[in-house]
Amino acid sequence: MSEVAIKNLTMNFGPQHPAAHGVLRLVLEMDGEIVERADPHIGLLHRGTEKLIEYKTYMQAIPYFDRLDYVSPMCQEHAFALATEKLLGLEVPERGQYIRVLFSEITRILNHIMNLTTYALDVGAMTPLLWGFEERERLMEFYERVSGARLHAAYFRPGGVHQDLPADIVDDIYEFCDTYPKFIDDMEELLTGNRIFRQRTVDIGVITADEAQDWGMSGPVLRASGLAWDLRKSQPYDVYDRVDFDVPVGKTGDCYARYLVRVAEMRESLRIMRQCLDDMPEGPVISDDHKITPPRRGEMKHSMEALIHHFKLYTEGYHVPAGETYTAVEAPKGEFGVYLVSDGTNKPYRCKIRAPGFAFMQAMDFLTRGHMLADVPAVIGSLDVVFGEVDR
Amino acid sequence: MDQALQDLGDYIAAAIPNDVIRTEGVCGELIVVARPAAITDVLTFLRNDSNCQFKTLVDVCGTDYPQREPRFDVVYNLLSLTQNQRIRVKVMVDEDIAVPTATSVHSSAGWFERETWDLYGIMFSGHPDLRRILTDYGFEGHPLRKDFPLTGRVEVRYDEGEKRVVYDPVQLTQDFRTFDFLSPWEGMDKVLPGDEKAEDGDDATDETAS
Repeated sequence: MSEVAIKNLTMNFGPQHPAAHGVLRLVLEMDGEIVERADPHIGLLHRGTEKLIEYKTYMQAIPYFDRLDYVSPMCQEHAFALATEKLLGLEVPERGQYIRVLFSEITRILNHIMNLTTYALDVGAMTPLLWGFEERERLMEFYERVSGARLHAAYFRPGGVHQDLPADIVDDIYEFCDTYPKFIDDMEELLTGNRIFRQRTVDIGVITADEAQDWGMSGPVLRASGLAWDLRKSQPYDVYDRVDFDVPVGKTGDCYARYLVRVAEMRESLRIMRQCLDDMPEGPVISDDHKITPPRRGEMKHSMEALIHHFKLYTEGYHVPAGETYTAVEAPKGEFGVYLVSDGTNKPYRCKIRAPGFAFMQAMDFLTRGHMLADVPAVIGSLDVVFGEVDR
Repeated sequence: MDQALQDLGDYIAAAIPNDVIRTEGVCGELIVVARPAAITDVLTFLRNDSNCQFKTLVDVCGTDYPQREPRFDVVYNLLSLTQNQRIRVKVMVDEDIAVPTATSVHSSAGWFERETWDLYGIMFSGHPDLRRILTDYGFEGHPLRKDFPLTGRVEVRYDEGEKRVVYDPVQLTQDFRTFDFLSPWEGMDKVLPGDEKAEDGDDATDETAS
């Protein structure tokens, strides 16, 4: 039989594909059903956030952070708030710090429900999604009760949080902490030991510890590769140094390990939430430096000074001393950093957003090389990318 | 800046004096300003030296200072998991000077440098794949430069006649407005004219209500 030259096939995956988790256009060079090369084309959701922030005051910049990774909004506000506080040298009251940690952990669970259940959907299990979104809605209600919005909260502000917790939300969060482990158990029963789920995830998209560092990985993806690195432990911010929790670490660095790490992280988040609720002191939730934080509405009714402060803050904003900082938080997806340069005016001179997903997307090429086409959605899902933050 | 970081800065400056222009501490963070041509050597040293071990390149980004000569900063944020330290390496470059790529040192630099090229037009020599990454296919200009307008230069619409998306120059129904809120009284001296006559220095009188 004569030899036949077979040409590689180029395939477009996305931009509208349910397993692409957003607008990802992945150009795959295929040899039969084996991926030879993956070239992700990102930027289809680019909105110029960094440019826009340069034209807004520091307070007006906060809502943009909700819209980056829209499944874990508050953690990103946290990074920006911490960066601004660092430049301003602003202290946050203790209660404000506890509330921020509490809601960062709520956000983490919110994000992991979204990721784990849609991941299960990608590899063929539908039920966890239906169960998970019910729980997710309960968490969104907590968001709504403190900030008025289910998603784009704009709740963490430089100096603390916008408002104190409403009455009886604490009891409801306690109740959530008690009932939520049942969902994790149910979900694990469906997935962790499931033969189909394991066949789709074990030994797929393996990242070794060295590769993870070389490719700038962070968060659960890094930990699944066996590196015990968590910014909440190693470079603690707010009151993370006062709560007790463990850092789950994976061994194999494959998709399955990343799944297990995220499940374990949800349980740790519940522990942190309980401790926050137990230890939370009374007191103010936002700094009382009214050159930076707005005065209370009640004060404005009788204090001329408060009225002036309010007017100045909501038109001109506050001036941030010249300087620059790179401040990072352990967002649910990984290290979310803000490189903020201030020139002493009321607007950031440069605000570079370091999204964990950007580094994950970059690794797609070496992760999928040599895998089957059906493994591509499994790898994308396990990396936990959201295109709001990748494209910015 | 804490002592460990201070020592690290001195150590780096002493170890590679020809490549490092200066080290400084801003907001408690260590910044190493390096010569552009030596950036790969600096990053390699920082990665391999046992006192540094900055094995993770967290981010590369540009910053634009149009009034300055050279105009751009390229900022490399590095992280060491073993030393639990962060460091920032900066090089100052101009539009027509290419920075040697860091992809040979850190694989993650590939996309970060593509992004910096896309948004600022800073060239990276030796980069394996220096395409645009975030902006549209066929985009012109570098949007994060300070002289690029916030509203952009072109807008898209679907043309029914041509049955495709067409690009038009941006037309604003209302001029783009920027308000200068940098109020005049913030820039004034704290001492008002005539205040120097008050000799008693009573602390109740110098309270300002702004």
